[in-house]
Formats: sequence, structure tokens, C-alpha cells
Amino acid sequence: MSARYAVGIDLGTTNSALADVDLAVEPAGPGEPLPGPLPLSVPQIRAPFEVSALELLPSFIYLPSPHEAPPGAFALPWDPARNFVVGRYAKERGAQVPGRLVSSSKSWLSHAAVDRRSALLPLRAPGFDDDIVRISPVEAGARLLTHLREAWEAAHAFETGDDGAPMRLADQAVTLTVPASFDPQARELTVQAASLAGLAKVTLLEEPQAALYAWVQGAGDAWRAQVKPGDVILVVDVGGGTSDYSLIRVGEEQGRLSLERLAVGEHILLGGDNIDLALAMRAAQKLTADGHKLDAWQMAALTFACRQVKEEPGRAEPGPAALAIPGRGSGLLGGMLRTELSREELQETALAFFPDVPADAQPQSARRAGLSALGLPYAQDPAITRHLAAFLRKNATARPTAILFNGGVFKDAALRDRVATMVGGWTGAPLKRLEAQSLDLSVALGAAYSGMARAGRGIRIRGGIARSYYVGVEAAAPAIPGFAAPVHAVCLAPFGMEEGSAVDLPDLEVGAFVGETTAFRFFSSADRRDDRPGARCDDVTELVELSPIEATLPAQDAPVGSVIPVGLHAAVTEVGTLSLELVSHESPPRHWRLEFSVRESAE
Amino acid sequence: MTDQLPSLPARIWIAISCFARALSDARFASILVQLQASNALPAAPGAVVPLPPPPSLPPAPALIAPIVAAPIAAPPPALPDVATSQEGALHLLAILQREARLLDFCEEELTGFSDAAIGAAARLVHSGCRKALREHLDLAPVRSEAEGAPVTLSAGFDARANRLTGNIVGAPPFSGTLKHHGWKALKVKLPEPVRGEASRLLAPAEVELS
Repeated sequence: MSARYAVGIDLGTTNSALADVDLAVEPAGPGEPLPGPLPLSVPQIRAPFEVSALELLPSFIYLPSPHEAPPGAFALPWDPARNFVVGRYAKERGAQVPGRLVSSSKSWLSHAAVDRRSALLPLRAPGFDDDIVRISPVEAGARLLTHLREAWEAAHAFETGDDGAPMRLADQAVTLTVPASFDPQARELTVQAASLAGLAKVTLLEEPQAALYAWVQGAGDAWRAQVKPGDVILVVDVGGGTSDYSLIRVGEEQGRLSLERLAVGEHILLGGDNIDLALAMRAAQKLTADGHKLDAWQMAALTFACRQVKEEPGRAEPGPAALAIPGRGSGLLGGMLRTELSREELQETALAFFPDVPADAQPQSARRAGLSALGLPYAQDPAITRHLAAFLRKNATARPTAILFNGGVFKDAALRDRVATMVGGWTGAPLKRLEAQSLDLSVALGAAYSGMARAGRGIRIRGGIARSYYVGVEAAAPAIPGFAAPVHAVCLAPFGMEEGSAVDLPDLEVGAFVGETTAFRFFSSADRRDDRPGARCDDVTELVELSPIEATLPAQDAPVGSVIPVGLHAAVTEVGTLSLELVSHESPPRHWRLEFSVRESAE
Repeated sequence: MTDQLPSLPARIWIAISCFARALSDARFASILVQLQASNALPAAPGAVVPLPPPPSLPPAPALIAPIVAAPIAAPPPALPDVATSQEGALHLLAILQREARLLDFCEEELTGFSDAAIGAAARLVHSGCRKALREHLDLAPVRSEAEGAPVTLSAGFDARANRLTGNIVGAPPFSGTLKHHGWKALKVKLPEPVRGEASRLLAPAEVELS
């Protein structure tokens, strides 16, 4: 059955969104545009016993105690027995009861130092026992996606598929976005989360590409007038909790404009929420100086007030912005704490995240204390522009000529101006500014549009994989006590390898133990663009080591423990994940899938 | 952004495709009937679609949209209309208390607080109320003319939607000046209210465990 809808899912670190477009609707006439994707609002719990639909689904999961609300308080229209909360109320409630809140689960999904299939969220406070049934980062992603799937199916409950059964999201052309910086394992885990959520077949798309798709769709035919072949578009996507950059080149193919993604940045855990927090800290300092000590509830209220002031459209009005923390009890005025931030302080705090830096600026990394607590690897340097400078320097061959912003942070025009001017200064020429349709919803809209494009109804961005991948091969050298055998790396999947293509390395002289798990070290590089499959890299310290990959060969004919020579086969699936296999030299060859190890890496 | 209205050729196409689909798909046809009856257009797919008023109500005047609008759930069970409207009203109060602390503000004695403090509280209540109103209601002026502009009311004007003041003599057409443009709710997007006795709970007591 062919898909009726192209559906885009933006599974964000702090907010998720949903958009779709009916693939069966034809243009109204010659020259009329195809109907574009529309956002779908997502019903979610707003308070116990209250459900309402909002444009964004905050990516938060709250695991309530069975004693904190009567049964049915968190019932959803499609599930009267739901006993956890996803969305706005989870976020608000979690600010008061942080111990039961699962947040930023997407960042945990890409955190290689933990076993992402083990139930570790919310993180257990040290030395503190509780009764929470924890969930794994994969399970958290699955719960968010399940909620979105159910919301989509509820919105389409009045329709039926070709077979007369209710519409199922799993039967549609679903595009799920991931940060451009996600490594193959994080992508694989995202696909697993989708499959747990009942979406067996999804296509992955990088978020900055989705934002550009949304721009192409929104600009209509005019997009060809705004960019020309040879232009390089810098997409700067600063979400609530992460920053992501991509460079996309505008080319020409058979007389038509085409788009090709050139480079993506590293995963940086730094975003708009950091600015809200910085503003709140600044305001809290003033209150502390006045002799007030803030508790968690008051701090949450202050952060909320700061976010409102930051996003207020009338930012330009003179005079300080008043911040008030209402009294906690029924008296609003009695117990109210008041302070204010001047316009300069507001501006200064936000711009501190976007300092004016030269093109050769280097993100500073503070030295970590010997023992760092188990937690997310937050960026050490809060200067988003320094990370951006480092990204552009790494990809110096592609000089950006146009810029597209995404993420709620850039509702502040001063920040857009600052970044565009600065990058223009680095490259020596002012950048064309591409106007986004919506800073919050572009990724979901663009993902749905990419589904249309795959169905032949729009312009596709060619990308392929954004890094080269290598497998580590141990040299057959005599063992020397105290020294690990030297390892070199062989390129397995080259930069830019496209969806649906495969690479075979039959001559790679490696052996696999029958009946045992064979593990390989696995590396990536964003810099070595010219390595072809089979190319050898002698110094693995130039590469970034990822979690190992491993396969277990069943003992069939060969005795357990014997070694059989194998080759390697790498493919980029249509979904957008990297699939790796061991291939025996027999005929016909046998294949064993290499899995990403999820054991904690020994760091 | 996405709310461009379809062009005339597009509308002709929509009309033809709706005609065909209404013939072949009974459920689609029933949605069309609901849409026409509800007098208000739905937002994007998936957004809250106001249900038509329950048949037991008298025909709803254009100014008062039904308070009850179920986002996705089935129509509410038949309850006495009075109880339904009370529950809806109480629920709106609960929302305004939650989002804007409106009850706390109205119930607090203001004597003794400085105007600056009251102003700060008013800002809080104002921003919360505005957010809640925008989320749950689409408000629009009754008359589109600017306040202060001359207005002519011809015979058979809606006397409910246009209140006359001043020198009311004779028969329409009347000419006068628009003093207040009025308000109406184009769309009501209130969630399904809590039913029965529980609807009287407007804000729970808070107990912090140590």
C-alpha cells in the first residue's frame, strides 16, 4: 500500500512537533503550487484531568507517583489508563519535582559513555533511594514518538485507508529528524526507538537539512531567484538544548538547481535554555543581594519570567524589564519578590552567548575535575559563535554565501544580526539572509516536505554520510607486555556515501572467531574527506573513536574457537543508517550483521 | 506562513474533489455536515475543531459560541445544559487561576501594597490571562470599523450585536459614531471540562514534602 500522507516528525531535545501533507491532493491547476505541509497540534495533558492541543509537544516525560493524583488524572483521549505524562504538564511539573522528570532524552541517546538501552533515566540522585521505575534513553524516545503517533492517528481518526481500516501512521511516509551531528549508533538507536513506538519504517533526515527544505517549500518558485549555483548556505540551528550547523551547496544539474549537503558540525549541548538560565541567575543574584534566598519553585518561576521577557515582542521598548516572582501561597502580592533587568543587561546576557570573535577563535575547554559526575557532556564554552568559527574553519573550502537560521533563540533579531554580520566579516562578504517560515516548526514542516520530495513532488537535498568511517585492524606483531598491539584504521565508508549504496572490502585481512564475539574498534573522521574505501590511516589518534562494533558467529561447521577469514561490507540504508556486515570468503558468502556495542566504553 | 487562502481555481478543484469524496465516503460527508453546522472553520488538520452545539440547546446566537468543545473525544454525555455551562465556566476559572493566578489576585486585599507592587502583579496576571485567552479563544471585534468612525445601521440590523446609546429616536437607518468595537469569540477551544462535583475544585492545595 503506498503512503497517503508524508509526515514529518521533529523529535527535538526540548520540543517536538508534527506536520503532514496529503500526497493524494493534486495541484489546483497548471502553474498552481502543490499543497504544502501543515503543522498538526498535539493533544497533551495540561493539568490533571485536562487535555488540550498545542503546536509543540515539549519533549519531557514525567513519571508520577501512584499517590500524587487520582486514577485517570493523566488519561489521554486515546488511552484512559495512561500513567505517565508527556508534554507541557510534564515540563511544568518536572520543574517542581525534578527527581521524576526525564528530559533531554535525545542528548542521552547520543551520549556514548553510557549504555543507552539500560534504564537510567531520570538519573538517580546519589545516596538516595526512591521508588521510580526508570526508563532507558531509547524507551524515552519511544514514549515521545508513541505520543506523536497516537496524536497523528487521533487527528486522522475520521479517515480510513485503502483497506477500510483506520489510518495508521506506520503506513505513511514518515520522516524523522535527527541532529546532523548524530553518529551511526545514535541514528540506529533512534530507529530502534521509532520501531518500539510502532513505526517500523521511518526515514531519517538531518535537522538543518529539514530547515532548508522548509525554506525551499515556503519560498516556492522564488527560491531559485534567491540563491544561485555556487552559493553555499550555512544553516545555524540553535534549539533549546543543542546547536547544530550544516553547510549546503547550491549546484546545477541538467540545468536545474540542486542542493548538496557538504558538512555538518559536532554535537554541541548548548542552546536557548542556557540563555534563560543565565538571565535567571543574573536576576537571582540581585535578589540574593537584597537578602532573599530562592527555593526551587521560585527559581523555576524566575526562569519562566526571564524566558517571557526574552521572547517579548516589545523588547525594544525603553526602560528595564520587570521580573516578579509571585508569592507561593494564595497571596499573590504578599510574598512577591520583584527585581528587574535593564535592557542592557538582557542584551548583554544573550549576546554573551554570541560574542564577537575573530575567525580563528577556538572554543575553550575548561579542565574537568578528575571525577566528573555521570551526566550529559555539556559544552564547556558557552560561546556559540566560537563553536561556529571552529566549524567553518574545519570546512574552509566551502565559504558560506547565504545563511538560514532555525530555532526559537533566533526570534531575537539582534542575535540573527550579530551572527550574520560576524560570519560575513569572517568570509569577507555579507551573507544573503534567507527568511525561515517558522523558527519553531520549520524542521517538522521540512521533514514532511522531504517526504513529498522523495515521492517525486519536490527538490531533494543530496547528502550521503557526513563523515568517513574506519575499522581498526590490529597488526600481527609479537606481543610486548605492557604495550597494546599497534592498530591502524581502514576506511570502510567514505564521506558522502549516499543512501542505498554499498561498499565491499573483501581483501581486508581480518579473521573472526567462530562461536565467539568478534569485536572491532570503530572510528570516524569529519576531516578526511578524500579517503576511498580501503584507504589506510596509520595514526588512529587523528580519528574519533566510537563505540566498538561486534558480531557473534554461530558455530555451524567450523569448530568453536577456530578463525575464519572474513571481509567487510558496508551500506548506507535507505533509512539513513549505516549497516555493517562481516562476509565470509566461502561461496556463497555468509553474512553476519555487525552491531554497535552498547556496553559502556572504558573511559 | 501556512494560512494562505486557496485561489479561485484551487477552490474550484477543492469543491469538485469534495463533491466526489462526499459521494463515495459517508464519514467524510458527515465531517462536512459538522463543519457547515459549526459556523466556524477548523484550523490546520489536527487542531481543535469546535463541535456544533448539542441539538438540545436553543439555536446559538452568533455572539455566544458554545463553551464546550471537545478536541478529539466523543461528544460529551448528555447532561443538563445548566450544569454543562457551569462546569465550563468553572473550568475557565481554573485555567485562569493556573495560568494567571486570577483568583489569588481578585481575592487579595490590595490596601497596603504600593502601586508599583500592584503593577508588577497586574503584569503577571495580564500576561497569564492573555496567554490563556489566546490559547482557548479566537477573539475578534464585532465591527471592523475603527472606533470613532461614523457607522450607519440599516433596517433589520442585529440589535443584539450593536447596542445603541445616546439619542435613540425614530426608525433605522441610524447613523452614529462607533464608540466600542465590541468583542466576539470566533472560535472556542476549551478542553473538555471536568464533570460533576469535581468541577468545583478550582486550584488544589499544595503540600510540599520534605
